[in-house]
Amino acid sequence: MTVILGQTFTGISIGAVLLLIALGLSLTFGQMNVINMAHGEFIMAGAYTTYVLQQHLAGAGLSLLLALPVAFLVAGVLGVALEHLLIRRLYLRPLDTLLVTWGVSLMLQQLARDLFGAPNVQTRAPDWLTGHLTLPLGGAELSLPTSRLFILALALAAVGTLALVLRRTALGRRVRAVVQHRELAEVSGIPTGRVDRTTFFLGSGLAGIAGVALTLVGPIGPAMGTNVIIDAFLVIVAGGIGRLRGCVVAAFVLGVLQSVLEWSTTVSVAKVAVLVALVAFLQWRPQGLYTLRTRSLV
Amino acid sequence: MTLLEIDTVHAGYARSTVLHGVSLTVPRDGVAAVLGHNGAGKSTLLRAAAGLLIPSRGAVRLDGEDVTRLRPHQRVARGLAYVPQGQQCFPQLTAAENLRLVADGRPAGRAATDEALDLFPALRTLGHRPAGLLSGGQRQQLALARALVTRPRLLLLDEPTEGIQPSVVAEIEAAVLALTRRGGLSVLLVEQHVGFALRAAAHYHVLTAGRVTSSGTGGAGAEEVVRGVLRV
Repeated sequence: MTVILGQTFTGISIGAVLLLIALGLSLTFGQMNVINMAHGEFIMAGAYTTYVLQQHLAGAGLSLLLALPVAFLVAGVLGVALEHLLIRRLYLRPLDTLLVTWGVSLMLQQLARDLFGAPNVQTRAPDWLTGHLTLPLGGAELSLPTSRLFILALALAAVGTLALVLRRTALGRRVRAVVQHRELAEVSGIPTGRVDRTTFFLGSGLAGIAGVALTLVGPIGPAMGTNVIIDAFLVIVAGGIGRLRGCVVAAFVLGVLQSVLEWSTTVSVAKVAVLVALVAFLQWRPQGLYTLRTRSLV
Repeated sequence: MTLLEIDTVHAGYARSTVLHGVSLTVPRDGVAAVLGHNGAGKSTLLRAAAGLLIPSRGAVRLDGEDVTRLRPHQRVARGLAYVPQGQQCFPQLTAAENLRLVADGRPAGRAATDEALDLFPALRTLGHRPAGLLSGGQRQQLALARALVTRPRLLLLDEPTEGIQPSVVAEIEAAVLALTRRGGLSVLLVEQHVGFALRAAAHYHVLTAGRVTSSGTGGAGAEEVVRGVLRV
């Protein structure tokens, strides 16, 4: 019993990491329909930002907390630069965007190798994130790593903030309007180009935050982005493209499924089983978990 | 006094030119109607005026300023508002958000929203509903209100009564007539209904296959002339 609960918690924390990564994608891919293959490298940029900050600052706790806003900025600025220099010129040309951003992804990975070396590096977790939270459970005990609890809290905070920004602020209204009907937004006086840049900044910045979180559970390396980005794309597709709620549910379901299957079989079998389940699910609901109901066609 | 000047505009889409040198003007505080059959280029003309389509030749001037190369939102900032065909809205924003979106960041946004809602009081009770769930007539009222929130000097209206259930058409027509009689607003109205267009507009232009084939002033006899031109 405790094993299953423990495994479920691991799954939830995997889901939290997935959610953090998918949140950024839900803006750039889900909302703007741009397949940005370099999104994973923004995660990497966030992770290396944490590493660099820790090299220069004494306290691991301080550098981690400082890394959150700094990584957001670093990745966000990278995203805006990419949007402004390349993607902006390729809207409505998805295949070209895919190829170009893939090229950028390879260049950023090489840049990381040149700057930090090919081998993986590690950050030290602060003391308050190295322990376990032990919960009494019947006769046994359930032990939850605090680092994973921290990631869970971080993911939930990020979802909450993003939902609030999208639903309640002028910026959020503009982002949603441009997504729903770009032409009408433009003729309603909204500078859609600027809104695109802002959306890209937020989405890429969230990738940076995800990068900071990943330093707590694994090594930092040039290829770390590629490893996680596919799963994040799966989350977006399963949740219903552009749907924040779908993103949250899909991330946790996929995380728990993966973790429980891994425990009862092997890592590879679990991966295959999750993919098969996802394909079957999309046969049944090609539009994902959540869709939009509306009377108008646009 | 001319507010909008369309000067020998040639425009079209990738493979076909739709407008072959169209020229017309909308006087300040005046109403001009563009009439014509389907495919004559009426909507294309409005798209070119709004900035969604860049003319291959010719110029668009707003209050004397050449705006031919300006983006649509820059034209809105200069006092232009455009209500496209088909009761378009932001379907997943609520009706209130559809208006708030445009009011955001405008010093007089709130007051302008109130004014627009006074013209369409039915919208006040629908504010919380997603715009995509409103009826066609309600969405057209929302579209008109959204355009008015920018307090435009020039309103481009593309077939405001098309595709709306007959019971609501009269309501929309009354609202458009009220707008055209309000001071400080010029209107370029694209319409298929000749009678309504000539009641609203002092000047008319008939568009045939991308060219202005007949122009004149409204009033007695105009309807007969226009119907004659359109029959050919």
